[in-house]
Amino acid sequence: MNYLEFEKPLAEIEGKAEELRAMARANSEMDIEKEASALDKKAQQLLADLYKDLSAWRKCQVARHPDRPHCGDYIEALFSEYTPLAGDRNFADDQAVMGGLARLNDRPVMVIGHEKGSDTQSRIERNFGMARPEGYRKAIRLMDLADRFNVPVVTLIDTPGAYPGKGAEERGQSEAIARSTEKCLRLGVPLVSVVIGEGGSGGAVAFATANRVAMLEHSIYSVISPEGCASILWKDAEKMREAAEALRLTAQDLHRLNVIDRIIAEPLGGAQRDGQTTMKSVGHCIDDVLNQLSGMSREEIIQDRREKFLAIGDSGLAA
Amino acid sequence: MLFHRELTENLGVCSNCDHHMPLSARDRLLSLFDNGVFTEVEVSQPNADPLSFRDQKRYPERLKTAQRSTGEKEAMIVAEGEIGRTPIVAACQDFSFMGGSMGMYVGNAIIAAATRAVERKRPLILFSAAGGARMQEGILSLMQMPRTTVAVEMVREAGLPYIVVLTHPTTGGVTASYAMLGDVHIAEPNALICFAGPRVIEQTIREKLPEGFQRAEYLLDHGMLDRVTHRRDLKEELVKITRMLLNMPPPVKGDLPAPTPETENTGVGEPTDAKPTAATET
Repeated sequence: MNYLEFEKPLAEIEGKAEELRAMARANSEMDIEKEASALDKKAQQLLADLYKDLSAWRKCQVARHPDRPHCGDYIEALFSEYTPLAGDRNFADDQAVMGGLARLNDRPVMVIGHEKGSDTQSRIERNFGMARPEGYRKAIRLMDLADRFNVPVVTLIDTPGAYPGKGAEERGQSEAIARSTEKCLRLGVPLVSVVIGEGGSGGAVAFATANRVAMLEHSIYSVISPEGCASILWKDAEKMREAAEALRLTAQDLHRLNVIDRIIAEPLGGAQRDGQTTMKSVGHCIDDVLNQLSGMSREEIIQDRREKFLAIGDSGLAA
Repeated sequence: MLFHRELTENLGVCSNCDHHMPLSARDRLLSLFDNGVFTEVEVSQPNADPLSFRDQKRYPERLKTAQRSTGEKEAMIVAEGEIGRTPIVAACQDFSFMGGSMGMYVGNAIIAAATRAVERKRPLILFSAAGGARMQEGILSLMQMPRTTVAVEMVREAGLPYIVVLTHPTTGGVTASYAMLGDVHIAEPNALICFAGPRVIEQTIREKLPEGFQRAEYLLDHGMLDRVTHRRDLKEELVKITRMLLNMPPPVKGDLPAPTPETENTGVGEPTDAKPTAATET
């Protein structure tokens, strides 16, 4: 278990309980169960307190937690017959973006998502979930394929943002992002997006211009990272707490702003504490939304998406 | 030495080195439309501070400061009129207004421009200039990427040309949405055009970037633009392209007759002398 900075007191209590149990295992005459379960109870209470009212910055930390289930985990847990499809037919296959045909409860879908990787090597391979132009162009190709064969599209969003690299710029990442957003808007099939961790800026929008957008309870979605915003507006990257607060990047704020449609509850202590339950909830949500959208014609689907985005901003937080 | 008057007559281009200086949105529209005559298209006013955003300053204060220093309401002006006797709708972003940043207002402006273009069956010409999305509007500024893309789709579906003129600088979410979705992309010389800026890239990859990286000519070489055009030739080129795309006869060269005066509805005059007098059409 990787503990976040604000979970340190929790780490202590859980550590103590674990220690006691280890001692008891070594010495069968010790009776520690009462003490250990008291600690468990205390830990549970503390966990509930910590997560009851997470600040925006803490949400960012939870959203980026390395133990949260990532795109690949969701695909494995929720979908069957997953058949990865690779490449943009132009330059490369971007490992930061996963995608392919799969079935969700027997229904064929095209699933596309950012994958951050889970250890040093895979994180480097996956470029920490930061797509290059090839990634968006692969997604465009897969969305187009889905569209032509009437297969709904599911996107799983988890990216710090687009990759600020020389090659990515040379190969036109602005254009790639713009075209991917445009492709989302043109799909005559339902497009459902779930922000499962970080929804970073243009890299996220390029996949999340969807009929319905859901966010996990402790995920974030923002125009810029709090660190980036702090360094520009506060001229001090250390002001990320203030920036996170000001940006209103939590699922709760975004729901109030009518930017997203649903919040998917996470288990107590966040998705990182119980990936299976989290993924199951996400699966239910996707299935439910796809059922809702299934009766609509191609024109209605396109119109629905356009109207959704045109209407965004009509209500502020104060309203 | 460069005289102010000379610079003004030269559309803000240095007559010695051809450096293209920034032009305010209003000056650009005045120099673009025939005889500086255009009508502003009304843009619906969004919630001014949807997030109650505060950094070192409150967002409404920043807005007021920008309004005072520019004399403009926001970072984009939408106008209709004729260029080379060709009716068009133009949207022009103003870098001097909070870095031209794209928030709800700019999004609404582009939607208004597209709607008017479709209603009147006119081509849309958009001049981009922005540091990117307006952080003070948080997620709502990011949502302008899909919103403006819907606007571009409307113009395309109506079978009308959408031409983007990318001016210095066009970066961030603006480049990654409506600025890169044109039927034709024209940039001004040496304009910085990118998603991630050079400083951010240098910090990330820790190496020096090549000379001219992310400048208009560099993008032309990499296939992202159709043309890099000197400001002096821009109008003529826009007229030529739109008329050909619309299957209209070639433009008539030479002096055009003076327009019928509609003094109440027009901003007429020398580019920089003119006060923002163009009234708003409802």
